[in-house]
Amino acid sequence: MEAHIAEIPVEKQAIRTSLSPRLVPRLKEKAIELLLQLAAFTSVAITLGIVGVLAYESFHFFQQVSVVDFLTDRQWTPLFADAHYGILSLVSGTLVTTAVALLVAIPMGSLIAIYLSEYASRSLREFVKPVLELLSAVPTVVYGYFALLFVTPALKQIWSDLPGFNMLSAGLVIGFMIVPYVSSVSEDAMRAVPVYLREGAFALGATRMQTALRVVFPSALSGITAAYVLGVSRAIGETMVVAIAAGMQPTLTLNPLEPAATMTAYIVQVSLGDLPHGSVGYQTIFATGLMLLLITLLFNIAGHALKKRYRQVY
Amino acid sequence: MRLKNGIAKYIKSTALQRRIMRRKGLDRFFAFEGLFVMGVALLVLFALVGQLAADGAGRLSWQFLTSFPSRFPAQAGILTAWIGTLLVMLLTALTAIPLGIGAAIYLEEYAAKSWLTEVIEINIANLAGVPSIVYGLMALGLLVYELHLGQSFLTAGLTLGMLILPMVIIATREAIRSVPPAVREAAYALGATKWQTVRDHVLPYSMGGILTGMILALSRAVGETAPLITVGALSFIAFLPHPPWQGTFPFVSFEWLFDPFTVMPIQMFNWVSRPQEEFHVNAAAAGLILLAMSLAMNAVAIVIRARFRKRIHW
Repeated sequence: MEAHIAEIPVEKQAIRTSLSPRLVPRLKEKAIELLLQLAAFTSVAITLGIVGVLAYESFHFFQQVSVVDFLTDRQWTPLFADAHYGILSLVSGTLVTTAVALLVAIPMGSLIAIYLSEYASRSLREFVKPVLELLSAVPTVVYGYFALLFVTPALKQIWSDLPGFNMLSAGLVIGFMIVPYVSSVSEDAMRAVPVYLREGAFALGATRMQTALRVVFPSALSGITAAYVLGVSRAIGETMVVAIAAGMQPTLTLNPLEPAATMTAYIVQVSLGDLPHGSVGYQTIFATGLMLLLITLLFNIAGHALKKRYRQVY
Repeated sequence: MRLKNGIAKYIKSTALQRRIMRRKGLDRFFAFEGLFVMGVALLVLFALVGQLAADGAGRLSWQFLTSFPSRFPAQAGILTAWIGTLLVMLLTALTAIPLGIGAAIYLEEYAAKSWLTEVIEINIANLAGVPSIVYGLMALGLLVYELHLGQSFLTAGLTLGMLILPMVIIATREAIRSVPPAVREAAYALGATKWQTVRDHVLPYSMGGILTGMILALSRAVGETAPLITVGALSFIAFLPHPPWQGTFPFVSFEWLFDPFTVMPIQMFNWVSRPQEEFHVNAAAAGLILLAMSLAMNAVAIVIRARFRKRIHW
């Protein structure tokens, strides 16, 4: 036995160089890890870039316009001789279109999610889900076309004095656009609810509807909240539909039948013209962008808090 | 005894039977409602495609694909727009794919649990919720004016690349996570280094998921309009970018990177915002091609996902 071991040829380290032979591969491994780490940090750099640019340009903007005026003035006319900088006129447009969109997307998305998760057969679900997701694959500029040239004329059949640009049709179309986001994420959340909860409800004589509404839906509320927050973020940040169909005139109104510019539409409008770099007009779009980002962030934080509150552990 | 009799009587009574019937009816109505809402959502998708096809299909022709934009709607075409879209997508992919896959590998395979990793993860989740137009503002302030890249293909590609980076990272991470740890352990047991394990085992096995994620992210970038408007896309470009090759050494030319750009959704937006109906027809035709592009990419993604799912059995 011992002789056997001795027969195995052992490579002798004849020349012992000053460098370990494993140094080069080890360095290579280290270099690769460093490169990958660098790639991971680009995402942080992008965030820093976004916050930095918005803060820097807004800082210059607020040196010329007071924050109080910005938040309380009722007019937004930065490009006129009599310049007013009241962001409320733009925020109201964003809130109205978002509200209309959510009135469509949340009931529809939730009902679709409940149906797919609690009622639909496997084959129907496998077919409908990808088709619905195509709704979110359609470019937003195509939705804008649809809102301006299909939905608005259709709505004019009901309200004959509806203006050609209005927040209602833009909001409705955004609503349909975000239905798949809401339905798909909510459905995943409801399907993650354990079967025995449903079985318990059925055993007590509940119908499927009662089970869905009183057992499954509340249990999945945490995930469903996440779906709603995703929908809200999409609706607030949506740009092309409102820029095409809701008009470009900043108006402080809560009536969806009127035309009004949103924050995003204003940024598009200014970008299409050519304002000189460094002018107050140019800086307004960064201040508007900062406001947009803050509002989105606010909804996300609120959503995160709700999500945590409703979290259920099985 | 009296109670028992009472219950027996109640069960036989028509009052209870009626209640059960009512509940069952309500249940059926609810199921029908879910189906109905789903039908409405799908109908909207069909109406959208149908309207676009009805308006624009007649305008599709070889001339439309090979003409420059023009003041005369009948002579206008989308040559610069579709070439621009191809070039911008190329740059977007070159930016987002290596960075995204690298970041995902780092986070899944290398990163230790630390506050730094946590910061990167929270950051990526938040970046995915930032409105796309905010990326455009960042690119305008940073790439166009600070780094002096101008309103060029390069700026456009980098902007969209940064926009889809979080999507690429999230999709790649999910794909990598689905590779069972046993595969890695087997590789380590045979003496493979970390990078060898990732390169030869983890990446090949997760390729299906990664590819699907890349294509879906790029299909989102194809239709993205708002950030490119803020960056300064032109909608009227009557010349082609410099060719990427040249007659003399080194035969490739990078001059096109700094040419002004336009893309399909910008061209469509421009036509849709004009009052003349003839331009709306052009917009519909451009929209059809744009829609075909992004739906085709989604279809390819679905096929790839299905094929890879069939091939790998753990």
